[in-house]
Amino acid sequence: MKKIFFSLILMLATMQLFAQDNGVEMADALRSNGKIYLVVVCIVIILIGLLAYLFSIDKRLKKIEKENEHKN
Amino acid sequence: MNKTWWKILGSVLVIYTAIAGLLLGVPRLPILNETIRNLYFHVPMWFAMIVLFSISVFYSVKSLSTKSEIDDIKAVESVNTGIIFGLLGLVTGAFWAKYTWGQFWSFDPKQNFAAISVLLYFAYLILRNAIDEEQKRAKISAIYNIFAFPMMVVLLFVLPRLKDSLHPGNGGNPGFNSYDLDSRMRMVFYPACLGWILIGYWVYTIRFRLRSLENKQQHH
Repeated sequence: MKKIFFSLILMLATMQLFAQDNGVEMADALRSNGKIYLVVVCIVIILIGLLAYLFSIDKRLKKIEKENEHKN
Repeated sequence: MNKTWWKILGSVLVIYTAIAGLLLGVPRLPILNETIRNLYFHVPMWFAMIVLFSISVFYSVKSLSTKSEIDDIKAVESVNTGIIFGLLGLVTGAFWAKYTWGQFWSFDPKQNFAAISVLLYFAYLILRNAIDEEQKRAKISAIYNIFAFPMMVVLLFVLPRLKDSLHPGNGGNPGFNSYDLDSRMRMVFYPACLGWILIGYWVYTIRFRLRSLENKQQHH
């Protein structure tokens, strides 16, 4: 009984080691290819932000243009 | 052009080139390495600038015959927007040159002439600011612009080709270098140019509309 118990504990200990080896590589879509995808995500966020900003400026301008038309 | 579909198209194309330009395959070339991807970001700046300056010269010619203030404003604002793209092209080009040619500014014919052509348009804006009378300003600056545009074309596309240059497409080679003929790169390069031209045009329309609103307020 003792022997089985010991071997089980040892097996579990080794499992932990295996787990440490494998467990690091999780959700690696953004980590592959030297983490280049991360850079892509950043650039796309910046571009979307700037373009959305441009759209909002356009919208405000349109509003002012309409107000101006009513005045004249 | 007062619709939104082309603005969305431009935005989508620019975002597409950021993703595809960094992730799709490119030819493996020495020295250039991954910097070959700069083709998708550096060159469209110049294309956008040239389109904006073409718009400007078109309205300059038009303003000479119509004498309309609106055409004059269109000519100025497209130069204002085009210069931003030209400066971005110069800075990105200098950075690219640092890591491929060895120096930020190696006084390469293409670099020098590109800088001069941007200066030509600075001169256009300074000339405008120097003249107070509106009719005179519109006329003189329109004529200057008609001279500046072919000068810019010659400086960017003719003179660098007559000299030895480090820049691709020069030193006797017509058009772009062989690496541009790669079909994978065309899939990104052409959309990139179209996308940035559309974004540049959009910024120009915003500037124009702002300026015409300002002018309306001044007249009241």
